[in-house]
Amino acid sequence: MIHSLFLINASGDIFLEKHWKSVVSRSVCDYFFEAQERATEPENVPPVIPTPHHYLISVLRHRIYFVAVIQSEVPPLFVIEFLHRVVDTFQDYFGVCTEAAIKDNVVVVYELLEEMLDNGFPLATESNILKELIKPPTILRTMVNTITGSTNVGEQLPTGQLSVVPWRRTGVKYTNNEAYFDVVEEIDAIIDKSGSTITAEIQGVIDACVKLTGMPDLTLSFMNPRLLDDVSFHPCVRFKRWEAERILSFIPPDGNFRLLSYHVSSQNLVAIPVYIKHNITFREGSSQGRFDLTLGPKQTMGKAVESVLVSSQLPRGVLNANLNPSQGTYTFDPVTKMLSWDVGKINPQKLPSLKGTMSLQAGASKPDENPTINIQLKIQQMAISGLKVNRLDMYGEKYKPFKGIKYMTKAGKFQVRT
Amino acid sequence: MMCDFLFSLVCTGEIFELKAELNSDKKEKKKEAVKKVIASMTVGKDVSALFPDVVNCMQTDNLELKKLVYLYLMNYAKSQPDMAIMAVNTFVKDCEDPNPLIRALAVRTMGCIRVDKITEYLCEPLRKCLKDEDPYVRKTAAVCVAKLHDINAQLVEDQGFLDTLKDLISDSNPMVVANAVAALSEIAESHPNSNLLDLNPQTINKLLTALNECTEWGQIFILDCLANYTPRDDRESQSICERVTPRLSHANSAVVLSAVKVLMKFMEMLPKDLDYYGTLLKKLAPPLVTLLSAEPELQYVALRNINLIVQRRPEILKHEMKVFFVKYNDPIYVKLEKLDIMIRLASQANIAQVLAELKEYATEVDVDFVRKAVRAIGRCAIKVEQSAERCVSTLLDLIQTKVNYVVQEAIVVIKDIFRKYPNKYESVIATLCENLDSLDEPEARAAMIWIVGEYAERIDNADELLESFLEGFHDESTQVQLQLLTAIVKLFLKKPTETQELVQQVLSLATQDSDNPDLRDRGYIYWRLLSTDPVAAKEVVLAEKPLISEETDLIEPTLLEELICHIGTLASVYHKPPSAFVEGSRGVQHKRLPGSSVESPDTGSAAGVSEAPPAVIPSQGDLLGDLLNLDLTPPTTTGPPPPASSGMQMGAMDLLGGGLDSLVGLLNTVLSEAVSLRCVIPALQNLSSHYTTCCQVWLPAMKAKGLEISGTFVRRAGVIQMEMTLTNKAMSVMTDFAIQFNRNSFGLAPAGPLQVLTPLSPNQSIEAALPLSTVGPVMKMEPLNNLQVAVKNNIDVFYFSCQYPISMLFAEDGKMERQVFLATWKDIPNDNESQFQIKDCHLNSDAASNKLQGSNIFTIAKRTVEGQDMLYQSMKLTNGIWVLAELRVQAGNPNYTVSTVLVVLAVFKSCAGAAVITIYYQKK
Repeated sequence: MIHSLFLINASGDIFLEKHWKSVVSRSVCDYFFEAQERATEPENVPPVIPTPHHYLISVLRHRIYFVAVIQSEVPPLFVIEFLHRVVDTFQDYFGVCTEAAIKDNVVVVYELLEEMLDNGFPLATESNILKELIKPPTILRTMVNTITGSTNVGEQLPTGQLSVVPWRRTGVKYTNNEAYFDVVEEIDAIIDKSGSTITAEIQGVIDACVKLTGMPDLTLSFMNPRLLDDVSFHPCVRFKRWEAERILSFIPPDGNFRLLSYHVSSQNLVAIPVYIKHNITFREGSSQGRFDLTLGPKQTMGKAVESVLVSSQLPRGVLNANLNPSQGTYTFDPVTKMLSWDVGKINPQKLPSLKGTMSLQAGASKPDENPTINIQLKIQQMAISGLKVNRLDMYGEKYKPFKGIKYMTKAGKFQVRT
Repeated sequence: MMCDFLFSLVCTGEIFELKAELNSDKKEKKKEAVKKVIASMTVGKDVSALFPDVVNCMQTDNLELKKLVYLYLMNYAKSQPDMAIMAVNTFVKDCEDPNPLIRALAVRTMGCIRVDKITEYLCEPLRKCLKDEDPYVRKTAAVCVAKLHDINAQLVEDQGFLDTLKDLISDSNPMVVANAVAALSEIAESHPNSNLLDLNPQTINKLLTALNECTEWGQIFILDCLANYTPRDDRESQSICERVTPRLSHANSAVVLSAVKVLMKFMEMLPKDLDYYGTLLKKLAPPLVTLLSAEPELQYVALRNINLIVQRRPEILKHEMKVFFVKYNDPIYVKLEKLDIMIRLASQANIAQVLAELKEYATEVDVDFVRKAVRAIGRCAIKVEQSAERCVSTLLDLIQTKVNYVVQEAIVVIKDIFRKYPNKYESVIATLCENLDSLDEPEARAAMIWIVGEYAERIDNADELLESFLEGFHDESTQVQLQLLTAIVKLFLKKPTETQELVQQVLSLATQDSDNPDLRDRGYIYWRLLSTDPVAAKEVVLAEKPLISEETDLIEPTLLEELICHIGTLASVYHKPPSAFVEGSRGVQHKRLPGSSVESPDTGSAAGVSEAPPAVIPSQGDLLGDLLNLDLTPPTTTGPPPPASSGMQMGAMDLLGGGLDSLVGLLNTVLSEAVSLRCVIPALQNLSSHYTTCCQVWLPAMKAKGLEISGTFVRRAGVIQMEMTLTNKAMSVMTDFAIQFNRNSFGLAPAGPLQVLTPLSPNQSIEAALPLSTVGPVMKMEPLNNLQVAVKNNIDVFYFSCQYPISMLFAEDGKMERQVFLATWKDIPNDNESQFQIKDCHLNSDAASNKLQGSNIFTIAKRTVEGQDMLYQSMKLTNGIWVLAELRVQAGNPNYTVSTVLVVLAVFKSCAGAAVITIYYQKK
C-alpha cells in the first residue's frame, strides 16, 4: 500500500513529506529528480518510476508533483486516483492547491493526510466526511477558535461513515431547498489540414449542487437517454434502475458533486461548432513567412460561440510575428514561440481573422514542422451531443425545491493541424 | 499568516522556547505549541528532543490535541522506544473510551508505533476492538492486524488474529469486509502458501454482496481478491461476471480496471458461442475508451494495460482505433504507448487512416516520437500485406523531406520490408542511394550496406558504393563492419570479375587488422569458403533467407496469460511477471488463466512429495516386474512377465528408442516445472557443510521380514556411492545379498555387485558401500530424484524407494568457460528460469562460494551491485545437463536469492558409448 508521500515544487524542493508506515528517506526522490532532468517538459516525467527498493508513482497538478512511494505490488491506478483525491481535497479546503496554501495550512494538511490514509489503506476520502472530521480553515473560524479555544476537529463520529448512504450525512437542514444541475460537454477533436474531422468525441459530465433538507430521493430522466452508452456514475446512482429504465435514481450527497460523466464516442457523429481557415507558409530562401487565420461558426444550432481563444506553438525558427487581428488581442512569446489570440465572441456577420507575417532567422532553412492550432471556446445553453434532461422529481420529502438545469459546451482538446 | 511563525523556528534556541510552551498551564498555548512542533516535523526538521514534553500533552480530552500528539508519536516513537512506553497507558485507556472515534483512533495509532515493546501491550486492546460493537472500530482494527503483522508476524499468528480477521469477511458491514480483505491480501503477500484467503463459493458470495455497498477503495480490494478465485464451472463464472459488470461504470478508474481484470480472467471459462460472451465483449470496450479521456498519468497506466488486452483479445477494441490517435500535446510517454497500440490494431480495414496519421506524426518535433512513428510505418507494411505498397511510398515521401533522422529511420525499416517482400520494391533503391552520405547512425549504415549487398547485381556502382564505406572501416561500429564484410562477399559472388581486389581488401581488414573475434571469425569463414569451394560459398552466402515474422514484439503467450491475470498492477505496467521485479519475490505465485490448455504447475503438492519419507513400494508394482530379472528370480506373484526390452544389456537400444522419448520428457519437466529445481535447493541450501544427507531408514525391518536397510548417498572423488547399513533383526541368518535398481531419471545403476560377503547373523549390522555408475537405462521418475531399489537375500526379494540428493550428480568438470557462460546465460529463454530464496544462511559470498565448490558448484564470476554480491555459478549433471545459477547475497541479510536456469542441454552419452545424441531444447 502507499508508504509515503512527497510534495515537490517546480524548482525541485521537497516541501512536505508524510509517511504512513516506517519512514522512507527523502533520498528516494533522487530517482525522481533524475527522471525529471531527463524529461524535456515538466509534464513528460513518467508517472511510474522504479527504484531498487521502491516504486515512485507521481502526478503533476498545479505545478506540484505529488510523489507516492510504494514498496509492494499495489495497483498504480489506485495510487494515482488517490493522489488526485488528495489534490481535490486540498483545493476544496484551501480554495487553491499551491505550495503557499499548503505551507500556510500545514497542520490541517497533515491532519487531512492522516485521516485519508491509515497504514496505506484509504480511510476517508469523501469530502463530506472529511469536512465533518476536520473543519476547513476560514478566517472567521480561525478568529472564533482563538477567542473561544474551540477546535477545528470534529468530536463526533461522522454520521455518514457507516450508513447505507455513506456519502450523505443525516440531519441536513436548509431554508431554501434547491437542486441545480450543470450539463457540461467538452469536445475533443483532431481536424486535419483540409478541414475534415479525423476524430471527434464528447466528454460530458453532469455536476450537481444539491442543497436539500433531510433525505431526498431524486430521479432524473432524459429526453434521449440512448446517447449515453458509456457512463460512469457517482456511487449514489442506483445502477439497476438505470439498466432497466434508463432513469437516474439517487439519494444525492449534500453540496457539490459530480453525478455522472459520460462519453459519446467517435463512432457517433459529433457536431463541430467552428471551422478555421488557415494559411501558414514559409518559402525556401526567404526570411519571411505568411500567417493567415480566419474563424467561423459551423454547427452551433444558432447559439453564439464565446470566449474563443486560439493558440499555436510556432516553429522554433520563428523569431517574431507581426500580425493584425480583426478583433481581440494577440500575444507572441519569442522564447516559448507560443502564439495566443484572444478572440472573444464570434460574430457570424463579420468573421474574426488574424493576418500578417512571421520573421525567421536570417539564412535559416524552412522549418519542417507544421504548427498545430489549439482552440478553446464556450457555447452557453447547449449540449453539443443534443442531450436534454426531461424532468427531475423528488420523493421522500414534503417541501418543493427549486430546480435548475444549465447546459454548456466547451472545447476540450480541440486541435487543428496545418 | 500562520506560516510565518510556523516556519520561523529553525535554531535550537526555539526548541527551548517550545519546551516551555509545551509545559505551559494554558491549554491554548499547549495546543499552539504542539502545532508548531508538527509543522517543523512535516518539513523534515528534527524535533525529537521534545519527545517527553509532547507525550505529556497526550492525556487530554481535547480531540484535536490528542490527534496532534498521536501524529508526533507515530513519527518519533521508533527513535525513542523507552519514552514511547510512557504513552502505553493512555492508549489502553483510550481503547475503552465510550466514543468510538477515540477507540478507533487509539488502536489505529498504536499499530503505527513500530516499537516491539509496545506491540505486546497492543494485543489485548486489539482483540477487543476486533469484536467491537461499532463497525467503524472493527474496520480500523482489521487494518491494525496487517500493521501488527508487518512488525511482528509471529505474534499475530500466535494470538490467533488471523482467524479473527478471516471471520470478519462474513461481517455484516461491507466496509469491515473490504478492510478485512485488504488486510488479508497484504498479509498473504508475505505468506505465499498460507492459504489465508481461502475462497469458496460462500465467501465469494459474501464478497460480491459487499462489493455493491462498500467504498470505491474497498471495491478495488474485493475485486483484486475475486480475481484470484477459480470458478468451478462456466455457470458460476458467468454469474460472477454478471455481478461484476456494473463496476465498469464506476467513476474511479482503478475500480474499472480491476473489474476488467476479473472479467478478462473469468471470460476464459465461458463458452465462445454463448450469447453472454458476446455481450460481455461489447461491454468491455466503452470503459476502456473512457479511461483514455482521463488525466495523462491514468492514461499511461490504462494504455499499458490495453496493450495487453489488445494482444489477448483484439476483437474488443478493433473498432476504436481513433481514440488512440495522438494529440500533439500529449506527454511523450502517452504518445509512445498510443503508437504501439495503433500498430497492434492496424488491419486492412483501417490501414489508410493509420498511415495518414503516422505520416503526420513523422513531421512532429519530438525526435524519439518521430523515429518511432517512422518505424511504425514499417511495421504496418510487414503486418498488413495489402498496405505494403502504400507504406513504401509514404516512406519515400518522408525520405524526400531530407530530415536526417527521418531518412535514417526510414532506411532501416525499408530493409525490413525488403526482407518480408523480396524482389518487389527494388525500384526504390536508387532513391535510397541518393541519401548515402547523410547516414551517420550505425543501424542505418548497416541497413543501407545490407541493401546494397543484397541487390548488388542491380546496382551498377555497387562496388564503388561499398568501397567508399571501406575507407573508414576501422572507425565503424561492429554492426557496420560485419555487414560490410558480408555485403562485399555477396558482391564478389555476384560479380566476381571486377571485385576481386575489394574482397581481398575487406578480408584482410577483417582478419588481420581487427581484434574483434566475431569479425575475425566471420572473415576467416568466408575466406576459407571462397578459397576451397566457391560454389558452396555461393550456396551459403546467397542462400534464400527465411521471411521475417509478422509481428516481432508480441509478448509470449504464457507470459501474456500471466500478465492478463495481473491487469492493473505494476506487473502490467512493466509487462514483466511479478516474480521478475517485486521486492523479495517470495510472495509471488505464477498465475494462469483458468480453462486454458496449460495446466497450472502444482508446486504445493510437488514440494509435499519431495519431503515425504520414501515409501515402500508394494511388491506387485508392475514397474518393478522387470527389475530383477537377471540375477534374481522375479516375484512369483501376479506381476506381468518381464518385457523383453528391459535389462542392462538393452540399455543402449532403449536409449535410442523409448529411452530418448523419456529423456526428452525428462528434460521438458526439468525445464517447465519448478519442481525439479527444488531438488537443487538442498545442495545450495546446505551451504554450511559439505553436503551429505544424514542416514535414513529406507527399508524398515517390519516390511522386509527382519532386514533393515538404512543408508545415504555420497559423492567421493568423482564416484557416486550408496552407503548402506544392513541390519538383521530377524531370528535367522541372512545370506546371498544382491541389489538391482529400476530404470531412473539419471541412469543410476550399481557399478558392481553388493559386497556383503559374510552371512549376516541375527542382531548384527554390516556396512556396505555400493559404487554407482550413471550409464544405466533412463526413465523419468516422479519426483525426479526417486530411485526404486530391489534387494534380494536368501529369504525373499524386497522393494523400496529412496531419494538421492541431486547434488550427488554434479560432475567435477562442471566449470563452464566464462565466455560460454555469458553467451549461454543471455540466450536462455526466461521461462527456463526459476527463483527461490535460501533462508538464514550466515556466510559471506566468498565462504559460500568455497562451500559450494565442495559440492561441485563452481563460481564462474562475481559481481557486486549496490552492496549485493552476485555469484554466477554453473554445475553440470552427470547426464550433461547444465544448470546455471545466479546467487545474490546481500551483506547482513541471511536470506539468499537464487535464480536458476537450465540450459542448452548438451551431449548425452549412451552407455554403449556408441551413440552421441545432442538435444537442443527450443522454445515452443
